[in-house]
Amino acid sequence: MSSSSARERGNGRSGGAGNASALPSANISTSLRPDLRVVAKKIPAGATALDLGCGDGALLEYLRVAKGVTGRGIEKGEAGVLACVRRGLSVRQGNLQEGLADYPDKSFDVVILSQTLQYLNDPTMILDEMLRVGRLAVVSFPNLGYWRCRLHLLVRGRIPPAPDYPQEWYETPRRQQFTAVDFLDACRTQGIAVRQAIYLSGEREVRWAPNLLARTAIFALAR
Amino acid sequence: MLSSLGIVTPQYFTFGEDEPFLLESGATLGPVTIAYETYGQFNADRSNAILILHALSGSAHAAGYHSAEDAKPGWWDDCIGPGKAFDTERFFVICSNVLGSCYGSSGPSSLDPGTGRPYGLGFPVVTIGDMVRAQERLLDHLGIERLLCAAGGSMGGMQVLEWAAHHPGRLRAAIPLATTARHSPMLIALSEVGRQAIYADPAWNNGDYYGNGKKPDAGLAVARMVGHITYLSDESMQQKFGRRLQAREQYGYEFQTEFAVESYLKYNGNNFTRRFDANSYLYVTKAMDYFDLSQPTGTFAAAFAGSTAVKFLVVSFTSDWLYPSYHSKDLVRALHAVGADVTYLDIESSWGHDAFLLEVETMTRLLASFMDRLADEEGVRTP
Repeated sequence: MSSSSARERGNGRSGGAGNASALPSANISTSLRPDLRVVAKKIPAGATALDLGCGDGALLEYLRVAKGVTGRGIEKGEAGVLACVRRGLSVRQGNLQEGLADYPDKSFDVVILSQTLQYLNDPTMILDEMLRVGRLAVVSFPNLGYWRCRLHLLVRGRIPPAPDYPQEWYETPRRQQFTAVDFLDACRTQGIAVRQAIYLSGEREVRWAPNLLARTAIFALAR
Repeated sequence: MLSSLGIVTPQYFTFGEDEPFLLESGATLGPVTIAYETYGQFNADRSNAILILHALSGSAHAAGYHSAEDAKPGWWDDCIGPGKAFDTERFFVICSNVLGSCYGSSGPSSLDPGTGRPYGLGFPVVTIGDMVRAQERLLDHLGIERLLCAAGGSMGGMQVLEWAAHHPGRLRAAIPLATTARHSPMLIALSEVGRQAIYADPAWNNGDYYGNGKKPDAGLAVARMVGHITYLSDESMQQKFGRRLQAREQYGYEFQTEFAVESYLKYNGNNFTRRFDANSYLYVTKAMDYFDLSQPTGTFAAAFAGSTAVKFLVVSFTSDWLYPSYHSKDLVRALHAVGADVTYLDIESSWGHDAFLLEVETMTRLLASFMDRLADEEGVRTP
C-alpha cells in the first residue's frame, strides 16, 4: 500500500521538539509541494477531509490552518504518525484498506490520495472505497505520458523514472506505470465521473496537450 | 536522566459510611477507602487534571519515591514527573489504587466492619465499572469536574475505556494503551489458570487465611509466573534469556532451576507473594474477565455513541499477544463509526504486553505531543 519513505512530503518538520501552539505558521503554504498546493485549493473552507497516506501531515496541517478544514489521516509508517501527532493531528496508523473500512459511507466531504495511487496493490478497490467514504475524491499522481518519459523509453530503451520522482524502479515499492489518459480510461470503465482535471508542470498549469506536457495530474472524482 | 518527583506521600479518601456504595452486582459495600497519590499542582480552574489508571498488580504509587531508601520509583515514573510526558509542572496527576486491590484501597484483605475481621471471600465481587465509579467519588472529593484526560495500559486501559463510555462528560481525552474493550476467552482462560493455582493451594483455605500464619504463596507465585509469561513475547524471551543456564555451565539432569528463564519466573513469582494478596488477585482478575463494553447492546459503537466529544489516543504494540492489536483496531473502528476523534498507533516493539511501560522513548514523544495538543485545544493554563 502506501509507502511513506517513497514520498517525502512537506518541509521535513517531522516531529521535533517544540510546543503544539508554536506549530502553525503563516508561511506553511509556501513549504507545501506544488501539487499539494493545488489539491489544497480544491478543498472548500471548513470541509471535512481524509488524507490517505498522509505522511508527516503537512497537507492536513496546512488545510487546518489555512482553510479551517477538519482533517483526518491514514498513514502506514510510525514516524509519519508520530510527526502528525506532533502537529496536533488525528491519524490512524495502518494500511489504506483497513483504515478506509473503519469509516461509514460519506463520512468526509473529500478523500485525498496524493502521489500514492501508483503504489497500490488494488487501485480499483481503494478508489471505490474513497468514493464510498467521501463525497468527492481527489487523486494526484505523476504522469508517465510526459514527453521526457516517452523520450526516455524511446531513446534510452529504459523505463523512465516517474516525473519529479528520480528513484530507480528497484529503489521504490512496486509501482504501476500509467499516464493521465490511462487513468481517465480507467475512470470511464469503472463508472467514475471526473469532475475536474488539473495538469501541472512544476508549478505551472498545463492546458494544451496535457498528457504530453504535464508532469503531474490531479483529478477530482465522484460517483 | 530527568529529575524525579522526589518523595511522595499516599493519601486516603473514605466514603459510603452513611449510605453504602452500590455495586454493579447489586451488592453494597461501605465504608469504602480509596488510596491515592497526586503529583503537581491544580491550575486556577482545575482543568489540568490527569487520572492515571494502573494495571492488575499496580498501585496508586505511579511516580516518585516513598522514602529515600526505596530502590525503585513508582510504576510509571518514566512518564510522570517534571518535564516528562505527563509533565507535573503543567498538569495535576492523580493515581488511585483500584477497588478490590491490596495497596490501601478497600479489598478482601481490608477489615469488615461487620465482623471486625478481614473480609476474605466475604468481600463483594467488583467490576471495572465499580472501580471507575469509586474513582468518580474521588474526583468529586478533589473538586474535579472534568479530567483533561484518563490514561492507562492493560487493565488501566479498560478503566480508561469505562470512563470514556459511561462517564464521557467527565473527561476531555482518553488514552487506552495495550488494552481491550472486551476480555477475550483467551484472557479469561489465562485468568482462570492463575485463580486455579491459588484455589489449589491448601493454605488458601477458601480465602480465609489472614492471621493463620500461612498464606497461599505457592499458588499466587504460580499465578504470577503465568502472568509474567503473558507479558513477554517469544522474541523478548529469546533476547532476555535465550537458553542460558543460571549459575551453572552444564545440564544437571535433575529438577533444580537450571535455565535463566526458570530462575526469572521463580524469582518474580516469589517476590510477588511478598507484595500482593492472593484474594485480591482473584477479585481483580475476575473484574477484568467481566469487562465487556459491547454489553448490553452487543456493539462497541453503541457503548461510545455518547463519547464523540472525547478525544482518543489508542495504542497497541505489534508483539503484544495478550491484548493483540486487533482488540485496539476493533475499538478504533467502533469509535470511527460514531464519528469520534481518534488517533491510533500500532507501535513496532518486541517487548510483548510489557511494551507499554518499556517503549519509553516512543511513548514519551507520543504522549507529550498529544498532551501539548490537548492543553492547546482546551486552553489549559499552567498552574
